Formats: sequence, C-alpha cells, structure tokens
Amino acid sequence: MYRIHTHLRLLLLAAMTIGLVAAACSDDDDGEATTAALDFTGQTLTVITHDSFAISEATIASFEEEYGVTIALLPTGDAVESLNRAILTKSNPEGDLLFGVDNISYVRALAEDLFVEYESPALRNVDDRWVFDDSGTITPIDYGYVLFNYEKAALDAADLEPPTSLEALLDPAWDGRVAVQDPNTSSPGLQFMLATIARFGDGWLNWWEGMRANGLIVTASWTDAYYTRFSQYGGDAWLVNSYATSPPAEVIFAETELDESPTGNVIIPDVSYLQIEGVGILRNSDRIELAKKFVDHMLSQAFQEDIPLNMFVYPVHRDAALPDAFLRFADIPVTVASIDPDEVQANLEDWLDAWTDTVVR
Amino acid sequence: MHSPRSGLSSTLLRRGIVLLPVAFLGVFFVYPLLQILVESLTSDGVSFAPFRDIFGEDFFLERIWFTLWQATASTALTLILGLPSAYIFARYDFPGKTLIKALTTVPFVLPTIVVAFGFLALIGPNGILPFNLTNSIWIILLAHVFYNYTIVVRTVSALWANVDPRTEEAARMLGAGPWQVFWRVTFPQIRPAVLAASMLVFLFTFTSFGVILILGGPEFATIEVTIYNLTARLFRLPLAAALSLVQLIFTFAFMVLYARFQERSAVPLSFLPRSAGARRPRGRREWALITANFAVVMVVVLAPLLALVERSFSSANGGYTLSHYGGLETGDAGRVFFISLSDSLKNSLWFAGTTMLLAVPIGTIIAFALARSHGRWRTLADGLFMLPLGASAITLAFGILITLDEPPINIRASWTVLVVAHTLIAYPFVVRSVLAVVRGIDAQLREAASMLGASPIRVFRYVDLPITWRAILVGATFAFAISLGEFGASLLLTRPEFSTLPVAIFRYIGQPGAERLGAALAMSTVLMAVSAVGFLLIERVRYRDVGEF
Repeated sequence: MYRIHTHLRLLLLAAMTIGLVAAACSDDDDGEATTAALDFTGQTLTVITHDSFAISEATIASFEEEYGVTIALLPTGDAVESLNRAILTKSNPEGDLLFGVDNISYVRALAEDLFVEYESPALRNVDDRWVFDDSGTITPIDYGYVLFNYEKAALDAADLEPPTSLEALLDPAWDGRVAVQDPNTSSPGLQFMLATIARFGDGWLNWWEGMRANGLIVTASWTDAYYTRFSQYGGDAWLVNSYATSPPAEVIFAETELDESPTGNVIIPDVSYLQIEGVGILRNSDRIELAKKFVDHMLSQAFQEDIPLNMFVYPVHRDAALPDAFLRFADIPVTVASIDPDEVQANLEDWLDAWTDTVVR
Repeated sequence: MHSPRSGLSSTLLRRGIVLLPVAFLGVFFVYPLLQILVESLTSDGVSFAPFRDIFGEDFFLERIWFTLWQATASTALTLILGLPSAYIFARYDFPGKTLIKALTTVPFVLPTIVVAFGFLALIGPNGILPFNLTNSIWIILLAHVFYNYTIVVRTVSALWANVDPRTEEAARMLGAGPWQVFWRVTFPQIRPAVLAASMLVFLFTFTSFGVILILGGPEFATIEVTIYNLTARLFRLPLAAALSLVQLIFTFAFMVLYARFQERSAVPLSFLPRSAGARRPRGRREWALITANFAVVMVVVLAPLLALVERSFSSANGGYTLSHYGGLETGDAGRVFFISLSDSLKNSLWFAGTTMLLAVPIGTIIAFALARSHGRWRTLADGLFMLPLGASAITLAFGILITLDEPPINIRASWTVLVVAHTLIAYPFVVRSVLAVVRGIDAQLREAASMLGASPIRVFRYVDLPITWRAILVGATFAFAISLGEFGASLLLTRPEFSTLPVAIFRYIGQPGAERLGAALAMSTVLMAVSAVGFLLIERVRYRDVGEF
C-alpha cells in the first residue's frame, strides 16, 4: 500500500512538472488513481443551492464541456432551509454538493457530519481571512455584508444624516422609520439580530425593547421589508436591513440610467454583519471526485468574476476584478460584528425565543 | 328487478374504481405523512414530551386559539359578502356576469407577496384609501375574504341555480314573508353548498400561511406558520410533528362534525335546466341590490387587482410604460434559473392542466362513493378524504423528501411531484362541490333508469353526469386555479426548469431594483390574465347535451 502510494506520488510529481496536471496533489490514502486519469464523461453532478444562487450559464457550461458532464442546479429554499433539508436527507442526498453554508451555520453542518474534507488547490488564491472552517470541509466562495440601506431622498427631505450608532435609532426622529426582518423566518433578519447581540452583549434586548417602543417595523422576509415597507418602494421606512450591494443593484436594475444610487449603506462600526458563504461536498454523494473539480471551478477566476453581477456578493478570489458599479456605489464597512459560531449554535433557540418575547408579543 | 349478476358486477365496478383514489392517497399522502410523523416522534424513543410541550405552553395554546378564531371570523365574513353574490349569480342574468365571476376567482392564483403589493397601493401607509391597515388583524381578515370569496360564490351559486324558484313562489303565495321564504324554503335547499363552502373556506384559512406571515406580520402566527418555523428553520422535528398531528386532529374533528351536519341537511332537489332559473333583473330595487353588492366586491376583491395592473404599467419616473413587459422573455437570458415568460407560462399551464385531469376524476369518484355509502363509515371516510386540506404542507413536503426518494417511486426530483402536490390540494374542492349536488339527486331517478335496463355506466352518463356537470366544472375551475397559483410546494419541490409563473415572480423580487419589481408586477399581470381566460374557457366546456342543466 505504502509503496504504491509512493509510486503514485512520484508519478504525480512527474505529471505536475510536465504541466499535465495543474496542482491536484491528492492526499487521499485510498490509493485512488490520480484525478487526471479519471473519466467523468456522461455523469450528472447535482449542486444544491439556496434560492439566491445565480451565475451565468456560460460559466456552468465551460465546466460541463471540460469534463463532458452535466451540471444540475437544485435550489431548495433560503440558506437556512436548504441546510436543514440537506440534513434531513443526508443518508440519501438530493445532490452532490451544497452551496450556501455560511460562517455561522457551518457549525451545524459539521455537527451533522454532512461533508467530506477537501482542500482545494485553488485556495492558494484566497486570503486566509475568508477560510472559516478549520476542519477543512467547507470551501469559501463569496462574502457580503448585511447592514441598513437608507433612501437618500427621504433622509434629505427629513434633514437627517444616516445614523452612526444603533443607539441613535432610539431617537424619536426614527420613530416608525426602521424596518428589519423577523429572525425566526429570515436569514438577514437573523444575521442582524446576531449583530446586535455582538454589539450589546447581555443587554441586547434593551435595545430591541427601545426600538419596539420607537415603532420598529418587522417583516417576515427580505422581499416584503424591501418592496413593501422601504420608502424607496412606497413604504414608511427610511432604513431597511438589507445588503451592502443593494445600492449598486438599484443602479444596475434601474429603469433609466442613473449616475448615483437612490439608496446608500449605513456604516455603523462593529455592527455590520459579515457573511461568508461556502460550498461543501456531501458525504453520501457518489461523485465526490467530480464534485472536487467543481469546487475548484467555483474558485477559478472566471467563475469568481462572474459572481458579483449575478449574486450581488463579493468574490473571495484575491485577483477577481469587481464590477464598476460595486466600486462606485457600495460603501463597505471596515469593522464588522464579531460573532462566535459555537456560541450561536449553543444559544440560538433561547435567543430567538427571547427576541420573540421582547419584540412581537 | 335487475338480475343478481348485474348487481354484483356493478358493485365490483364501483369498488374497483374507488380503489384508484384510495391508492393515490395512500401512496402520496398517507405514507409520506405517517413516515415523517412517526420518524420525528420516535427519534429519541417514544415520548409524549412534545405533546406536553405544546399543551403546557401558553405560546402554543395562544397560537392554536388564534388559528381557530381567525379562521372562524374569516369564514363568517366571507359568507356575509359571498352569499348575496351567490344569489345574484344564480338568479339574475346581467351584462358582464361571466367576466365578473372569472375575475373574482383571479385572487386564487396570486402569490401573497403580489397581493401585498396590491393592498399596499390601497391601504398601505401611502395608499389611496385614508386608512393604513398594514400588519393588523384587519388586513388578514380582508385578505382571507379577498382570496376565498370566490369559493362561496361558485360553490353556492352552482346549487342555488338548480333550486326551482317556483318553490319560493309557492311559499310566497301561501303568505310567507321574504325572510320566512328564505329561511324555511330556500336555505334548506342550498344548505349543503353553504356548508361545503364554509368548510372549504374554514380549512383554507385554518391552515393559512402566506397571508399571516406577509400581510399579518410577526405578531400573528397560525399553527401552520409555527409548524413551518419548527420544521424548515429550527429543525425541531419532534415538536413540529406533534403540532402537525394536533392540526390534523382538529381538521378531522371539523370534518366529522361537518359530515354529520351535512347528513341531516340533504334534501332531494328538483333540478332545473340552466336557463330556467336565471332572468334579467327587473325594477329599481333589484338593480340596486346588484349594484350595491358589486360595489363592495369591487373594493374588496377587484380594486387590489386593478392596483397591481396599474403598477405594472407605471414607470418609476411617473407616467406609463410597457418596459416592464419587455424584459420578461429575454431579460436575464444567459443566467441560470432564468425562465422566460413563455417557458414559465407553458409550465404553469401544463401543471394546471394535468392537475385538473387528475383531480376531477379523483374528486368525482370520491364524491359519488361518499354519496352512496352510509352511516359511521361514511362520516369517517369523508373526514379522511378531506385531510390533505388540513395537513401541514411543509410536513408533507418533508415526508415526501424522505419517502418517495427511491425506486420504485422516486418522484422527489421529478415534475410529477408537483402535480401530485397540486392534486392533493385540489381534489377536495371537486369532492365538496360535486357531493353537495349528488346528494340532492333523487334516488328514484337512478332506480327508474336501471329498471329500464340501463347499465351503471349509462345511469352515470345520462342521469348523474348531466345533473352534476355544473358542480364538476366548479371543481375543475378550482383545481386549475389552485395549480396555477400554488406556490409553497412549487418552491419546495421543484427543479428550475419546471419553474411556474409564481416561482418566476418570486425570483424577480429576490433582488433589489425598480426593474426587478416592475418585471414581477408585469409577470403577475400576465398570470392574472391567463387565469381569467382559463376560467372563462372552463365555464364553456360542454359535452353534447351535458351541461345544459
């Protein structure tokens, strides 16, 4: 066994030197043939995603052509729902990879032993700060920030500046003007709640109590907060909990060409929530080797540069160029909320119960 | 007298046919549901802890109580608005009648978030009407009336149109006042349909989900909303299973109560040809009645629809534009998950058509079987067949994911799973509307036909079918509408290539930008138009003389 393995390594080394294989040095001990020799032709690889996943068809097609395979994409709800669904079906998974596990929820995935380990050679192009899973099963793909957007025209009319602290929102000037999502039913809502816990510690509910008294608007999902309660779309709220990339999206998806976004990002130090999304290979998949290739593909520069204008998040690839709109219209927070995922895992149900008691009952 | 042999074969035929819906339900409903409930409840050994949690905590008891009372209030309000309309539709012919009827069924196909846009334009903070009802119990009740008004109108007017107005005239001639005539003569005859419609509205609002979450806001939660949170988000399956079971038991209890009530109220009817019951309104009073009724309908049901259509043509810079429609076919082409208007329309129509073709026979067979059985078993079977309407959608979906995932029946990744899900919600509508009429068929009619030598199939074709045709069409309309608008299962159990119109709408408004919202509104307007045309066409389906009643 050892001998064969050594030979394989030698062979691989040779292959690498003549440039046949990029950098796919296999650490597997099962003596499997080198990945270069594997033929995947005709296989179908199913990638489970959340509903917000989006990418160009061409980016998928290039992988399909390279390996002679078919990629099936399967959206299974928002990030929380699709992780739960993967856990429910883990013995007979619906696909081979799960995209959308993030820097908080991955703790649950690890506890369920959902994924196999894989260290992609393409990670050399990714800064360490994006690698959130030390156990080496989840590969980071993109990141984004959850924060308040404000409608510029509304704040101008009210002669208000964007707030610089959460406490400032307790002022009567913001009465009935702030919309967030219910953390029980919405991922950005949950992320914002976690950010307030990170910011205030044990006293976090006091802020929520104060906000409730100050006419806080709570909705079930991002879509109804943004499109029915945000003043930009006919609602009352001048601030809405959303994403750092929403202002550039407002320009890109505007009806007429705009020089400036109608909305802006509220930057509050240590409160913006940093979400890093990753992909993992499901343990019970029978296409693990091909799945590894797809993980590498997701980290390729071409895929990474295709991410921003489709999914409206930032690529983790060091050299991936950002679209002009992102650079022009999105302010990015310098410091973000610091949250311990293990603590979240241990306390989440209690926190949600406490939030519900304080804010909506 | 018919020979023993033909009696035997007709019994066998009947039993054989009934096996079809029973098998369908067994495989696609009972098995997945039981499996997920049993697995969830026994995951940590058998324990009653989840039930203790539910009945021991005010949190859950409050939600059960809220679920019950909002469903009762919604049903009552829908009846108050719907019954006068049902009367008008059954008794009068007036211009635009079929169109109004089709339009008032359109809400049925609209996703809640789209309805929220319509309501916002009317009763939102900056709406046209001077009151802001956002996130209040009123908007929940209003939305329930908005969605379910058509159930009452269609189910009740189908039977009311069959009631011979001469019975009422006779009573009047004998000196009865108008109220007495209604209460003693008319109501007993339409009661089966009123009960059936109430039951459907009650069950629909009892398991209400989107309206509560999106329009009601986080202060309000039904049992169904709580089950969804426990299942899909918190993944506390034992507690979710226990609550699902509680919801099922409530549904079953309502159904049994209803079936017993219904049993006592069936009166043989004298049926009329289509044309005999309705006439043009006469005099100022009748016209005033009709106008007043439709003024209310206009505000509650049609105004939100109009607001949506108007917004779909409005530009962000003021003025009107067609630009929102321009991108629907090719806007995001080249992006995964993008589905063009024509493809999503094709998918929607395909699913709706297939659902109708499955739900109508299944529902009709069940209705006839129920009408012919007796006693306690009938009550029990009636309750069981209605359970899909009261079962938690998310629980069933999770059940299907873990049970129908391997050969011989691996449907979780196939388009059939959508048709199955839609059929499960749709066929109870067929059962209720057909059963209300079948029970009124005078048994002597059938006996006369068989004595004259007609085979069971001929009896069905020449006696039952003509009389129940109108009710079958009502059921078919609902099956079509339910499938067109169904959203929860479509999102939960679908591959992107099967995306329907509602799913495509949802995808647009998952991202920020005026163009996205515009596209979603334009797509919603197409959905409304397609469904209205569909309803008008279904109304016209005739087969030879069938449909003349």
